[in-house]
Amino acid sequence: MVEVSYYPGCSLHGMAAEYDESLRAVCASLGVGLAELPDWNCCGASSAHFLDDELAVQLSARNMLIAEGEGRDLLIPCAACFQRLKHADKALRAQPGRWTTADYSGRTPIYHVNEFFRRPELLKLLRRQVARPLAGLAGVPYYGCLSQRPPKVTDAPRPENPTAMDDLMRAIGMEVRVWTSKTDCCGGSLAVARSDLVRKLSGDLFEAAAEAGAECIVTDCPMCQANLDTRQAQIEAQQQRHYGLPVFYVTELMALALGDGRAGRWWKKHFVDPRPLLERKGLS
Amino acid sequence: MNDASAIRPDTAFLAAVEARGGTGVSRCYQCRKCSNGCPLCFAMDLMPNQVMRAVQLGLEEEVLSSKTIWVCSACQTCTTRCPNDIDIAHLMDALRQFSRRQGLAPAEPGVLKFHEAFLDSIRRHGRVFELAMIARYKLAARDLLGDAGLAWEMLKRGKLKFLPRDVRGKDEIRRMCDKPGAR
Repeated sequence: MVEVSYYPGCSLHGMAAEYDESLRAVCASLGVGLAELPDWNCCGASSAHFLDDELAVQLSARNMLIAEGEGRDLLIPCAACFQRLKHADKALRAQPGRWTTADYSGRTPIYHVNEFFRRPELLKLLRRQVARPLAGLAGVPYYGCLSQRPPKVTDAPRPENPTAMDDLMRAIGMEVRVWTSKTDCCGGSLAVARSDLVRKLSGDLFEAAAEAGAECIVTDCPMCQANLDTRQAQIEAQQQRHYGLPVFYVTELMALALGDGRAGRWWKKHFVDPRPLLERKGLS
Repeated sequence: MNDASAIRPDTAFLAAVEARGGTGVSRCYQCRKCSNGCPLCFAMDLMPNQVMRAVQLGLEEEVLSSKTIWVCSACQTCTTRCPNDIDIAHLMDALRQFSRRQGLAPAEPGVLKFHEAFLDSIRRHGRVFELAMIARYKLAARDLLGDAGLAWEMLKRGKLKFLPRDVRGKDEIRRMCDKPGAR
């Protein structure tokens, strides 16, 4: 059994609770132990670096120092948290004395969800343990921005065309549709103050997903999921167009394929109800 | 119409911006890759490449009063693709912080109020308490009805928690937030 440190971040304790629950379910099935980082704090997300560079590093650095003390690999499911903690890790390594009086070796590997489960041993295990392949379910993998960019911070191997989530989707039997919007921006934190901009960007994503023949969108970012799921009805009304595209966390579908009985509980949290699609595919 | 020669280049602003984290701006040679890939160009008054040029020329007021610096979503596409390795998205951070330190009215007040509400929540709890953060933003921006239906739908689905889960090291977080010169 592998054990990793787990940084859920604020979203997974709030709006993205189903991401947290499904990730825990997947880890339990695959024998990955999650040790929640003790007393973690908010990474600062985009707000801290928008308004205060120093604070942005300090908030995330506190978490990295805790993680270093724990001495395990660090798994971060939220794309924004992942990017901010990677950023702090690099700032701490470049100028440790500026940020802390403690020693910082910088030897904590930091993983976002897809690259973590794509590691050969876990991918093999995932394939072997699929109890219910999601055959015939066609989706587009949507990575968004912050697990990938900027690559100098994220160390993403293919920031313009990532493939880790594609691999996970195939491993659970899904049909991966080709599209060119994998890493386009959904509007992120503008959702609250300028939701009109998010409606435009997310609307373009629905159009592209529909054109690719997708029946659902699969993501690994709580901000993307919230924008695409909660605003889809508004966008449909505005554009006089019906998309009806459920927006899944990749871990929800992994848990479903692994035969986890709890999967049904998460669908009720979705704005675009995925149950009709899953029933049609014989997966409910 | 203004005579183009009326612009007297002044490198003081460029130097100040580069010293504050907007490094490498002087390397920009206007290839416009940043603007071509920017997903939010349609909502900007200055294109990202124009921001670069304006900083080089010292057009401080034009840059700091632009919508551009506030509608940038920090998606990092420009930074990723810049052939001169300029961290353009981080330049936008530096410009927002300049504008704020000078007490200028932002061209997009709602965006600033949202980020202030977010940081306020971190300061209070060490983590973001979504329900109170959104309420605080709505009060500050006087936008109580916008998305009210959406908030109700989230509550029905149990997506918004009613109680914060504070960090034990809250005092430490508060000291970070309240350090001199932070605001």
